[in-house]
Amino acid sequence: MAEYESHDYDVVVIGAGGAGLRAAIEASARGARTALVCKSLLGKAHTVMAEGGVAAALGNVYPEDNWQVHFRDTMRGGKFLNNWRMAQIHAQEAPERVLELEEWGALFDRTPDGRILQRDFGGHRYARLAHVGDRTGLEIIRTLQQHAVHRGIDVFMECTITKLTKDGNRVSGAFGYWRESGKFILFKSKAVVLATGGIGKMYSITSNSWEYTGDGQSLAARAGADLIDMECIQFHPTGMVWPLSVRGILVTEGVRGDGGTLRNSTGKRFMFDYIPPMFAKETADTEEEADRWYTDKVNARRTPDLLPRDEVARAIHYEVKNGRGSPHGGVLLDIATRRDEDYIKRRLPSMYHQFKQLADVDITKEPMEVGPTCHYIMGGVRVEADSAQTTVPGLFAAGEAAAGLHGSNRLGGNSLSDLLVFGKRAGEHAAAYAAGLAAQPAVSEEEIDLEAREVLGGFDSQGTENPYTIQRELQDSMQALVGIIRVEEDLQQALVKIAELKERSRNVGVEGNRQYNPGWHLAIDLRSMLMLAEATTKSALERKESRGGHTRDDYPTAVKEWESRNVVSRLQADGSMSVTVESKPEMPPELQQLFEEG
Amino acid sequence: MPTAHLRVWRGEDDGDYYEYDVEYGEGMVVLDVVHLLQAHQAPDFAVRWNCKAGKCGSCSAEVNGQPRLMCMTRMNTFIPGETITIAPLKTYPLIRDLVTDVSYNYEIAQTIPELKPRPREADGTHRMGQVDIDRGQEFRKCIECFLCMDVCHVIRDHEENKREFAGPRFFISLANVAMHPLDTNPQSALLDPAFGLSYCNITKCCTEVCPEGIHITDNGIIPMKERSIDRWDPLRKIFGGSR
Ligand SMILES: Cc1cc2nc3c(=O)[nH]c(=O)nc-3n(C[C@H](O)[C@H](O)[C@H](O)COP(=O)(O)OP(=O)(O)OC[C@H]3O[C@@H](n4cnc5c(N)ncnc54)[C@H](O)[C@@H]3O)c2cc1C
Ligand code: SF4
Ligand code: SF4
Ligand code: FES
Repeated sequence: MAEYESHDYDVVVIGAGGAGLRAAIEASARGARTALVCKSLLGKAHTVMAEGGVAAALGNVYPEDNWQVHFRDTMRGGKFLNNWRMAQIHAQEAPERVLELEEWGALFDRTPDGRILQRDFGGHRYARLAHVGDRTGLEIIRTLQQHAVHRGIDVFMECTITKLTKDGNRVSGAFGYWRESGKFILFKSKAVVLATGGIGKMYSITSNSWEYTGDGQSLAARAGADLIDMECIQFHPTGMVWPLSVRGILVTEGVRGDGGTLRNSTGKRFMFDYIPPMFAKETADTEEEADRWYTDKVNARRTPDLLPRDEVARAIHYEVKNGRGSPHGGVLLDIATRRDEDYIKRRLPSMYHQFKQLADVDITKEPMEVGPTCHYIMGGVRVEADSAQTTVPGLFAAGEAAAGLHGSNRLGGNSLSDLLVFGKRAGEHAAAYAAGLAAQPAVSEEEIDLEAREVLGGFDSQGTENPYTIQRELQDSMQALVGIIRVEEDLQQALVKIAELKERSRNVGVEGNRQYNPGWHLAIDLRSMLMLAEATTKSALERKESRGGHTRDDYPTAVKEWESRNVVSRLQADGSMSVTVESKPEMPPELQQLFEEG
Repeated sequence: MPTAHLRVWRGEDDGDYYEYDVEYGEGMVVLDVVHLLQAHQAPDFAVRWNCKAGKCGSCSAEVNGQPRLMCMTRMNTFIPGETITIAPLKTYPLIRDLVTDVSYNYEIAQTIPELKPRPREADGTHRMGQVDIDRGQEFRKCIECFLCMDVCHVIRDHEENKREFAGPRFFISLANVAMHPLDTNPQSALLDPAFGLSYCNITKCCTEVCPEGIHITDNGIIPMKERSIDRWDPLRKIFGGSR
């Protein structure tokens, strides 16, 4: 029998980034006994790293902006694979969620008349991102964190959940271990909210941290929930490329929003060569017009430097492939010749700092070298739009772990707003669901024993495989074979490799003891990474077209019929992932009309 | 590839420094070398990190005696062949290797008074000028790396003071609420002596190590001390000093 401590709650929120914190605040405000559980220390989640801003149609800089325009931008950016209802709720509710943060102490940069300033970002028609220089995520997480600690929410930090328990078809709790002691802990809970973030750690070039091993998606799949769109992964166009040790670290889109431009090795602003027909009408086709647009949105069209991320990432990929890259295999991002030193330091202080300290580059004097980096997963746990409930009763999901809002490509700034809007909704509906259950659902001892044994497996096996080596090999294969440009043969090869790694991961050996042991933690995380790598690869094989973050060299165009189809991944009894194609909800005529007006 | 000669703390309080040679690549930072150590020689080596870009404040340690973010400390700042000593933060109880028990921070955070904003304007917004929030934004740059807490002599070697002294990071948390343009909370203006501001003798060590360049002493602690003198100094009362 496994030994563990046990706690009783109405709502357990797994993950303490923006989505989890907002969910916990809401659940607690509605009277639910709420626990917040996270793998890292409180305040260190991915949300803290977000730079550029949070998108909300406040209309402070351009009064023409409203939820309809934001909705339309989001759908077009996502190449219409989005769940329309989520996109609608998101655009409608984001402004109030941002204003609410201000009540809780957030200090966004201001307009001259004292309101929240908004900045330009890719794919957003108007300057829409509320921000604090280039450290918006820090502002948001700190504000939520400080608000949450005064709400009587119990926080369990450095505590990793490895398994959701069920009572019949309902969720009944969450089981995991304390990282510090390695001891087990069980949360019996009426409702569980997954807010665990993304999967970026399965790629070698990524802006994501060690935490992004897809725990939430795999917890959900193992509990019987559906995942959708796992092939839709965003490669952010501008990650650092040199020195190698910083490869993948994000360079905010705010650099281009504030006037930076992309150039190839010949000095050419190449984005003008990559304007897709879908965006031709609203994109400047001369440098003069593009530069004028920064100050005159009425008479000039937007710069192609700020096309949606999938377009820019692909363009960079082709420039490099065709021999017009920078010395270390990226392209050049130049703000030095375009804005003065004071402006750059004021608007982009952490970028200045990051390049100066990590790459010996002064961005006020020299261009940056940048290239695509795995950044975000649009796919994830399938949820019901209004309630954020997954296909398992009592299990909710929000933030990057959930899917639907962003379709096949996410616009910058739409994640932070997503966290707030759907974090709140998940907390609200989880609390309501919990209130509707008379008794605490049951947790099966057997289920827990089994999980405990599996988690400890690496210690008693005579395992010879090093978990770090397996992770490295997985990252290298995913990067090479399931990366920004995909093709059937590579994808098949990736599946073979994943199967091999799955087999080898059974033979992982863990050194040392259970106390704060990263090697052991990684050995456990490999389970979810391998499961999701398989889901992503199989989904990528299934979607025989190119759309947003999913580009197939062998099916290079978007196919109309695929616009209305989700690829659904489910875990099978034998531990493999199955994929099926299902049609997604259809947009009602009144929203459809927004696109006809142009 | 160059080789780093590391001397790192291993184990708990009764642990010791262990020496390792680690080959590393161009442009690397100390955290990269620690990761290489983990991947090839010491898989259970305990260390915290997240962003690897100086944004999350997780990877704090004492590198050659200096409190540093390991992810922002380049290997080329050391003399080739120099032994690099990496130790955990001293102010906090050790858990294992480089990981310390920082729960003290979260306990203090709960005692910081909460912002109580004034009502919104008629149009549903809050109006604040950029100049009115510059100071607050400076305080809010804090990434909670706790390097300032590590160097502060009041708590570095005096466990017993922790009960009475919030520490530099939290002095700027207090200042953030007290100087917030929207705040109406009478609690936040009343600096409770329990925060222990009087223990601080303005050595400015905290400011010197802050990776975010926050002027902890000049902009946070000193103005707060001035306020609390106005409110708490008995001499003022005797001489009828006005508020
Ligand atoms: C460098 C960078 C810059 C970005 N900039 C922007 C931007 O400007 N605008 C924007 O909108 N978006 C931006 N994004 C994207 C955005 O920051 C993330 O998508 C978002 O913060 C995710 O929030 P979340 O709440 O879903 O998850 P996170 O903030 O990642 O939180 C996940 C939480 O889950 C916990 N967790 C995970 N697994 C477990 C487990 N098994 N058990 C317990 N806890 C677990 C983690 O500890 C963590 O607390 C950026 C991302 C990066 C990496
Ligand atoms: S100035 Fe005050 S708070 Fe800062 S280190 Fe010195 S004594 Fe500590
Ligand atoms: S004030 Fe500076 S040194 Fe102190 S915790 Fe914050 S960022 Fe770190
Ligand atoms: S890892 Fe985030 S500050 Fe070093």
